[in-house]
Amino acid sequence: MALLEVSQLDVRFALRQGEVRALRDVSFTLDRGERLGIVGESGAGKSVAAFSLLNLISRPGFIAGGRIVFDGQTLNTLSERKLRKVRGNRISMIFQDPMMTLNPVLSIGEQMVECLKAHRRISSKAARAIALDKLRQVQIPSPEKRLDQYPHELSGGMRQRIIIAIALLLDPDIIIADEPTTALDVTIQAEIMALLLDLCEQHNVGLILITHDLGVVSQVTQRMLVMYAGRVIEQGPTREIINDPQHPYTQGLLNALPQMATPGEKLNQIRGSMPSLAKLPSGCAFHPRCDFMTRQSGEPRAACIEQVPGFVGTGSCRVACHMVAEMLEDRRLKEETP
Amino acid sequence: MIAFLIKRLMHAVLVMFVISLLAFAIQDNLGDPVAQMVGQSVPESERQALRERLGLTDPFLVQYARFAKNAVQGDFGNSYFYGEPALEVIGRHLPATLELVFAATLIIVLFSVPIGVYSAIKPRSLISRFFMSASIIGISIPVFLTAIVLIQIFSIGITVSIFPDATGWGSWLNGLLSTSGNMPSFGRGYDLVHVFGSWDTNLATLSGLQHLVLPAVSLASIMLPLFVRLIRAEMMEVMQSEYVKYARAKGISMRRVYFVHALKNTMLPVITVGGVQIGTMVAYTILTETVFQWPGMGLMFLDAINRADIPLIVSYLMIVGVIFVVTNTVVDLIYGLVNPTVKLTGKPA
Repeated sequence: MALLEVSQLDVRFALRQGEVRALRDVSFTLDRGERLGIVGESGAGKSVAAFSLLNLISRPGFIAGGRIVFDGQTLNTLSERKLRKVRGNRISMIFQDPMMTLNPVLSIGEQMVECLKAHRRISSKAARAIALDKLRQVQIPSPEKRLDQYPHELSGGMRQRIIIAIALLLDPDIIIADEPTTALDVTIQAEIMALLLDLCEQHNVGLILITHDLGVVSQVTQRMLVMYAGRVIEQGPTREIINDPQHPYTQGLLNALPQMATPGEKLNQIRGSMPSLAKLPSGCAFHPRCDFMTRQSGEPRAACIEQVPGFVGTGSCRVACHMVAEMLEDRRLKEETP
Repeated sequence: MIAFLIKRLMHAVLVMFVISLLAFAIQDNLGDPVAQMVGQSVPESERQALRERLGLTDPFLVQYARFAKNAVQGDFGNSYFYGEPALEVIGRHLPATLELVFAATLIIVLFSVPIGVYSAIKPRSLISRFFMSASIIGISIPVFLTAIVLIQIFSIGITVSIFPDATGWGSWLNGLLSTSGNMPSFGRGYDLVHVFGSWDTNLATLSGLQHLVLPAVSLASIMLPLFVRLIRAEMMEVMQSEYVKYARAKGISMRRVYFVHALKNTMLPVITVGGVQIGTMVAYTILTETVFQWPGMGLMFLDAINRADIPLIVSYLMIVGVIFVVTNTVVDLIYGLVNPTVKLTGKPA
């Protein structure tokens, strides 16, 4: 059994104008020490997925259904008190913007020690020693000095290193990193990512990496999920998806990488934009933007507009797309009738 | 630090200069001080002589220059009415006002923080809703009305007879809602304890404290709801911040999230506003002290206006200006202690 099993996760936001479904039917697993990437445009539900794992979605959001099983415990039905023992201890998080994540009025040492003290019976002195050790691991220059400094005295890159150190404080099983490098300077993004990858490998920590940087996903993760409008639309081994994406949306994302464009030409893009979760298109939510919705004969495929696509397997990947399903079906029929 | 304090001292001097100029400029509209000083039977020629002796007939600039020259040496002139140095008169009334403001501030701090925090954490609870409605009422009722209502209820006493007195529950309810009204509502009482100089304190005896309660509550009645709402609004905003979310993600207890992570950040703007408001409260004492006949600076100032006692008026306004500068300086010092991103010293970090 996998370390973390998420099945049919359903997250909704009760807004004044009605319920908005931020996540539907999201299922995935994570093994010990495995690294999973979750990609998608803004608004696809990546962050909501990350926060709902530890039940950290704030009102009016709530988990309406599904199960999150971590090491035998069902997290979404756990009492707040028991859940608190998992948070920061066995599953820790790295937030997007290091400038906003640390409390501006508490010293770095305080913010590290309080985390240790929340989960272990430990003296302040011992906690400081552990904090110092973790600061060394994230290669912060003169770590002794940092404990007494305040967040505003440190650069963004240093702050994110500290947040990685805090994430590692209690030797967690899983780190959930929500776009850990997006807010950073491009020159240090790679540094921070390499550090995170290195430490996860060293300590055999599972990583759920949320990002829209496909380059990072392909370098760091073993498996990936592609999300669109609150659903998973493609999942499987990262290498396979990057090399041979099946879903038109995934293809579009990969095509949109600047590396894919001919120099001097316009960059490729997926036309249109992510629909609002409150007004999702019928059927496959991607169909208004999809280039493959029309058959070669010119008429649109009715299923795309009317039916939500289910998953079909292609090799070790699973894709939710009518077009792919149809292709597979055609291939199967051809093989059956030689 | 020293540089900061010196800068603030310059502020105080500038504030005093501007206030004294303004106060002097309005003196002609305050009425004739001589009329208050002498009896009705005194002939006009004598009045004119008195005016000339007081220098009231001199041009504005001459009068002001004379005042400024003496003021620089610490002499703010003699009160026309009391016939003694204005500063001494103010010094006699200052402790009463400061004690009143202190008591009101204490009430505000003790109540606004718990109520504000609670109603931010549980915005939907009935108690929060009650406090929010009550605070609107509190803000909108003027101080003097609050004061009169308090006197009616707690000093005079009210007898409720809307429930049938014959029935057991009726008389019980009537008894419950009626008040005996034995709280003192007039002045500071006689059980004052001498501290030093002109400072006799209300804070040392039970009777003294009883005299202080109603004026302090009515003085606090405007600021308390204001602070409850301010703390609530700030706290709710801070609770939405990333660092509070992150603190929760670290598995820290909610109590620590609320009272260490959120409250410390909530208090930053509250401290700033608080500094200004303490100064404003000194001004509000005019109303409270009048209703309760509290022998403080506010009451003294009102009398001084009625008597067109210009030296006293000018001195009072300048002293209040200094109190503003001093409280703001103290508040800035406190702010620097709470907020590590502020460096008052200008020293390299």
